[in-house]
Amino acid sequence: MNNELQKNGDDRSPGEPIVEITAMHKWFGDFHVLRDINLTVHKGERIIICGPSGSGKSTLIRCINRLEEHQKGRIIVDGIELTNDLKNIGKIREEVGMVFQHFNLFPHLSILENLTLGPVCVRKVPKAEAEETAMYYLEKVHIAEQALKYPGQLSGGQQQRVAIARSLCMRPKVMLFDEPTSALDPEMIKEVLDVMIDLAQEGMTMIVVSHEMGFAKSAAHRVLFMDEGEIVEENIPVEFFENPQHERTKLFLSQILHME
Amino acid sequence: MVDSSQSIQAEQLKPPITRIGVIGWLRANLFNSVFNSFLTIVTLYFLWKIVPAFVRWAFIDSSWNTTGAACRAAGGACWSIVAKNFRFIIFGFFPYESQWRPLVAMILLFILLLLSSNRRFWRKWLGYAWLIGLFAMGLLLKGGLFGLSSVDSTKWSGLPLTLLLSVFGLTAAYPLGVALALGRQSRMPAIKSLCVVYIETIRGVPLISLLFMSSVMFPLFLPEGITINNILRAQVAIILFTAAYIAEVVRGGLQAIGRGQYEAAESMGLNYSQKMRLIILPQALKIVIPPTVGILISAFKDTSLVVIIGLYDLLKTTQSTLSDPRWMGFSIEAYIFIALIYFAGCFSMSSYSRRLERELYRGN
Ligand SMILES: Nc1ncnc2c1ncn2[C@@H]1O[C@H](COP(=O)(O)OP(=O)(O)OP(=O)(O)O)[C@@H](O)[C@H]1O
Ligand SMILES: [Mg+2]
Repeated sequence: MNNELQKNGDDRSPGEPIVEITAMHKWFGDFHVLRDINLTVHKGERIIICGPSGSGKSTLIRCINRLEEHQKGRIIVDGIELTNDLKNIGKIREEVGMVFQHFNLFPHLSILENLTLGPVCVRKVPKAEAEETAMYYLEKVHIAEQALKYPGQLSGGQQQRVAIARSLCMRPKVMLFDEPTSALDPEMIKEVLDVMIDLAQEGMTMIVVSHEMGFAKSAAHRVLFMDEGEIVEENIPVEFFENPQHERTKLFLSQILHME
Repeated sequence: MVDSSQSIQAEQLKPPITRIGVIGWLRANLFNSVFNSFLTIVTLYFLWKIVPAFVRWAFIDSSWNTTGAACRAAGGACWSIVAKNFRFIIFGFFPYESQWRPLVAMILLFILLLLSSNRRFWRKWLGYAWLIGLFAMGLLLKGGLFGLSSVDSTKWSGLPLTLLLSVFGLTAAYPLGVALALGRQSRMPAIKSLCVVYIETIRGVPLISLLFMSSVMFPLFLPEGITINNILRAQVAIILFTAAYIAEVVRGGLQAIGRGQYEAAESMGLNYSQKMRLIILPQALKIVIPPTVGILISAFKDTSLVVIIGLYDLLKTTQSTLSDPRWMGFSIEAYIFIALIYFAGCFSMSSYSRRLERELYRGN
């Protein structure tokens, strides 16, 4: 699909680790959602997480910015360990952007205000500068002309692109995506994926929960397969899709291939 | 080209004449079924019976500026009771020669309210204007400085008292109610249960008993020699009471905001107060504008309950006019007059809330 990018990906020099998860467990009440997760993500790396519904993919990436709390093991992001310390949580959230399945734009603020809110309130960037940055990123996601509209006036694909731009305005070191295209109509999926591929080309560190094989093949360094709260298999995209090792992976891949 | 010819055609196609205009409207709204036609005719009959008689009483046979005796002779409405007792009804026991002071204070208050109703003026200077305005109003009522004679607060009565109790009651109750609603959602059990107990207790007690408690029981607990102004106590009771109701309405609004909004705000790194102030509350409070205004309106009317602890608000000054033998029996006219004043207050609140909702609508 995008050969140049693929090549870039393959001869990556392993940057320093930016997210390190070791022996991490999480329970919802009695329910053991995440079991012994070990995952290191390096700077500039792009990881795709896939797996059946309910396998804990969302929960895993939500642990990385503490939208969910883990109960055992360690999570270190950008050198800071996630504990109950609110200061550290705040610092980590500044560096980790997140894009949600349902966009979660702030409906009472204009697009521009959505984008400047974080930089102005959290990073204490002057308003004029924040607006300039916002326009830069809106340009990048190809909707600068919508800056003064409100989220309710935009299509799903446009809203998701705004959501990506909103995260980028914080100049994060890592971007988390939780099924960014699964709430979109087919014709809007491409416009969002294109933006994500651009982002990948610029070397952004990305952890993406997605079943988009095309995106995985063209932009990812590694694909992780999760099932029942465990990371079952992990491989480079080509190998992962062509030559899955585990039975559960094979079954899952046959199911998503069947759907397409 | 195709487009323009189509639009011309569309323009030429007018709706059938029976569907528009007066006849169309009548047919569509008043006579669109047998039952509705029947209701329309019955209503018209009652209007025909009532309206002319009312007009005759209120305008044709009425007296406007006469003595009570002359009113009785005329037979119609006696608006003279309002005209002749106007200053007592409005200002009550405030010293007669100083009544310009509460008048100026009220005018100041109206100007400030009017300015504040325009969201474009929500700037720093408006805050200072309110500070200066409040000081000026307090000075005008209380006196004792700059050569103004001192007026004891027991003399404050009539409309200024009603406005004092309601404007400050409502503006203080609103933020308190919001704080209580947030407290009730708190993860900290102590804060949460405190708020729940407060809200449920207050809502389980009628305002009258709160007023009684604040004016009769509360002083018993104060040490010898210390007294707290009666008006202040009533004011506090009204604030505490209204806040509990506002808290529950606001809580409903908070529950209507999806988890995604909280998560988006948190994942950006906003702290609790930023998240609430910038993201959650603006949306939640907007949703609950209609029920909130309902509460504010009923609280405004409920301020008249302070009569039972001996404060002379607008309602009480009117009632004491009515107990004057010269004016006995004209209660309908007097009550219509204060009803109009209350209506003006309530109606401006509800129309302001509708305007605010429209302004905040913005495409979502
Ligand atoms: N707040 C919660 N409380 C209790 N259980 C939860 C909670 N959130 C998720 N779960 C459960 O944890 C499991 C994993 O959920 P998660 O959302 O991580 O799955 P997922 O892999 O993202 O699935 P999907 O592809 O459907 O999004 C599911 O069984 C879910 O029911
Ligand atoms: Mg999920």
